[in-house]
Amino acid sequence: MRARLRGQIQQLLAFASLIAIVVFFSIANDRFLTWANVTGILLAATVVGLLALGTTFVIITGGIDLSIGTGMTLSAVMTGVFLTYLGMPLWLGVILAILFGGLLGLINGVNVAVLKIPPFIATLAMMLVAAGLSLVISGTAPIYFKETPDFVRLATGSLIPGIRFPNGVLIFIIVAIVAGVILKKTLLGRYTFSIGSNEEATELSGVNVTKWKIAIYTFAGLFTGLAGVLLASRLSSAQPALGMGYELEAIAAVVIGGTSLQGGKGSIVGTVIGALIMAVLTNGLRIMSIPQEWQSVAVGAVILIAVYLDILRRKNA
Amino acid sequence: MTPETTTTTALLDLSGVSKGFPGVQALDDVRLELRHGEVLALVGENGAGKSTLMKLLAGIYTPDAGTFRLNGEEFSIEGPRHAQELGIAIIHQEFNLMPDLTVAQNIFIGREPRSGGVFLDDRALNRSAQELFDRLGLTIDPTERVEHLTVARQQMVEIAKALSFNAKVLIMDEPTAALNDAEVEVLFELIQRFRTPDTGVIYISHRMDELARISDRITVLRDGRYIDTLETATSTVGEVISLMVGRTITGEQRPGQVQRSPDVVLSVAGLSTKKLLKNVGFELHRGEILGFAGLMGAGRTELARAIVGADPIESGRITVDGREVQIGNPADAARLGIGYLSEDRKRLGVVLEQDVATNIVLSTLPAFTSKAGFMRDGAIIRTAREFIGRLRIKTPSANQLVKNLSGGNQQKVVIAKWLAKDCDILIFDEPTRGIDVGAKDEIYALLEELARQGKSIIMISSELPEVLRMSHRIAVMCEGRLNAVLDNAEATQEIVMDYATRFSAEGTVS
Repeated sequence: MRARLRGQIQQLLAFASLIAIVVFFSIANDRFLTWANVTGILLAATVVGLLALGTTFVIITGGIDLSIGTGMTLSAVMTGVFLTYLGMPLWLGVILAILFGGLLGLINGVNVAVLKIPPFIATLAMMLVAAGLSLVISGTAPIYFKETPDFVRLATGSLIPGIRFPNGVLIFIIVAIVAGVILKKTLLGRYTFSIGSNEEATELSGVNVTKWKIAIYTFAGLFTGLAGVLLASRLSSAQPALGMGYELEAIAAVVIGGTSLQGGKGSIVGTVIGALIMAVLTNGLRIMSIPQEWQSVAVGAVILIAVYLDILRRKNA
Repeated sequence: MTPETTTTTALLDLSGVSKGFPGVQALDDVRLELRHGEVLALVGENGAGKSTLMKLLAGIYTPDAGTFRLNGEEFSIEGPRHAQELGIAIIHQEFNLMPDLTVAQNIFIGREPRSGGVFLDDRALNRSAQELFDRLGLTIDPTERVEHLTVARQQMVEIAKALSFNAKVLIMDEPTAALNDAEVEVLFELIQRFRTPDTGVIYISHRMDELARISDRITVLRDGRYIDTLETATSTVGEVISLMVGRTITGEQRPGQVQRSPDVVLSVAGLSTKKLLKNVGFELHRGEILGFAGLMGAGRTELARAIVGADPIESGRITVDGREVQIGNPADAARLGIGYLSEDRKRLGVVLEQDVATNIVLSTLPAFTSKAGFMRDGAIIRTAREFIGRLRIKTPSANQLVKNLSGGNQQKVVIAKWLAKDCDILIFDEPTRGIDVGAKDEIYALLEELARQGKSIIMISSELPEVLRMSHRIAVMCEGRLNAVLDNAEATQEIVMDYATRFSAEGTVS
């Protein structure tokens, strides 16, 4: 019972820090709490947040996925290929692009689970491959979605009548809930924790760890694909040179959310809060006209503080 | 002790089993027969092939040759899951639990009940676990996370998990290694409860006293070969041990009444810590082996850690060679000549991935650095060879990686490391844990020799016979208090246990 309470306190703490940062920026600058700015923050949190959701699963297994940033770029480029080059119907192009992200995850999963390449190396290689392929396939030029205006509305349009609430954010909320349920309530989620907690024991318990690891990486890849689709929609173009660095922001969000890089521990709620903290920080600092280079310093400091607080908490537990 | 065997066919029958690895023939034409309703002890030194045999039965390895029969029917094992389905359950020595999952989640891992085919039904999961515990007479909360359980309770979870498969054959590898006496009783009761005319237990252990109590027959392996099977009732410990090691080992003996040196090298007074220790005080004399006995959690390891500064002290005085000292961390302690050899050798004692020489000089590296800042490799090797010879460390060379040595020789490397640092006070925490019988004797001889040379030794051990055999005096702890310090001559297992279970006694004894 006490253990569960501790877990809840941790999430409460992360949530409280988020509130504190929001309050700070609202006082510091009155443009911060405007509807346009808030939805802007949420939309900004969507892309990194989606990557973070998928990679939460991978990190809980004790792995890491460095290929999500450029994998997202490649998925965005593939969206362009499907919709603009091949003229596929919108729904088909989007689904294929998401599945393409899953394919990248599948390859990562096979490399990690079957070939036993350490996740850091396997996904680092995939990161470079995806970055290169994005440039090759697009001919290093952005692909625009001029013929498919509906696609652009996918992220920035508003389904809810009356208020301007971007669809991208709606999608993120739905996907986060689904991810949360899968992590807590399905076999995939249970084995994600189990593998991260003690991989050998899981194997000895008769669970096919190889199969499930591949499934987890593939599943995480679907989020990469979706992130690519939404990024392309938001920018109304697939930018082949964009994406490197997003993986680190996503991993930072996961870590700020209390998921352990050692594996075995983590939550979707934490990751969502982590992604929001990252987005609020970046936005707030920009609104206060802090130069970009200093924003980066601030985010780095926040990661250190968050992880150190987590270590302190564990020591006292 | 043996219940009537219902059939003449054995429950489990292995014959001609061989398994080789590159460079080692781990098992060579081994046989094993487990009868219905019996507890069969499987003994042998480390490297005798017990683990390999277990892993074959667990479905982790596949045999190179051999026949497996279950109730007379030939079978083969395709994998861990298949072994479970066949009714073979294994309690591994290193626990195979997922610390971050709950008790119930651990027990039913791979067999989770689901509602609607997709979602996990955790309520049914917890109910099944509760039913299982009720049946076994265990009181464990199914929703508790495993990392919050004591080692003993984790083991109970392991056993409950094994029994939840309706296992016919239960194999236990050193199940009491981490248990205190009361917990061992609970375990034995579980085993008795499990044992029916349809089932059988293979019990692997180093502890001879347990085998005599729990087993019906004893099968001995040595160097990957089958040696013999004895009826427990008609064989002696000496017989079993000599079959295991292939030579006769002297039985229980006690340290001679040495003239205790009057020099007090270490004196501890009024030592308390926030967490556990309460007003502990004792003196350690030169050339003495002071044994520390007590149940798990009595505070012996905590005391050692507090003395060497690994954990903070709330109050208390420590005097080394008559001078009061402040020890802030283990480096301070080492400077004062106090070395602590942890019970968790693999994690805290040696660097497994480094070679013997590096490990031996690890804590004295600055002395092996030239003025220009380079390592003096020649001197390192010379020192390492000296200790390898002195402590009779069995290793092909000083450059062998420590992970390739046996447990006993790893322990010797740790001892060498502290001797290289010129430590005169050595605190051994469970020095023979995980070390096989033959090598234990060597460690004992080494400790005795060190004491004769004037080193002062504190030996924490959970094995009473070991404490009685080795210690000149025996300190007994309970609940963070030092309940008694006994002279070896006046100590018996009963007296020591009496003090070890005297909860909330008062004051210190010196």
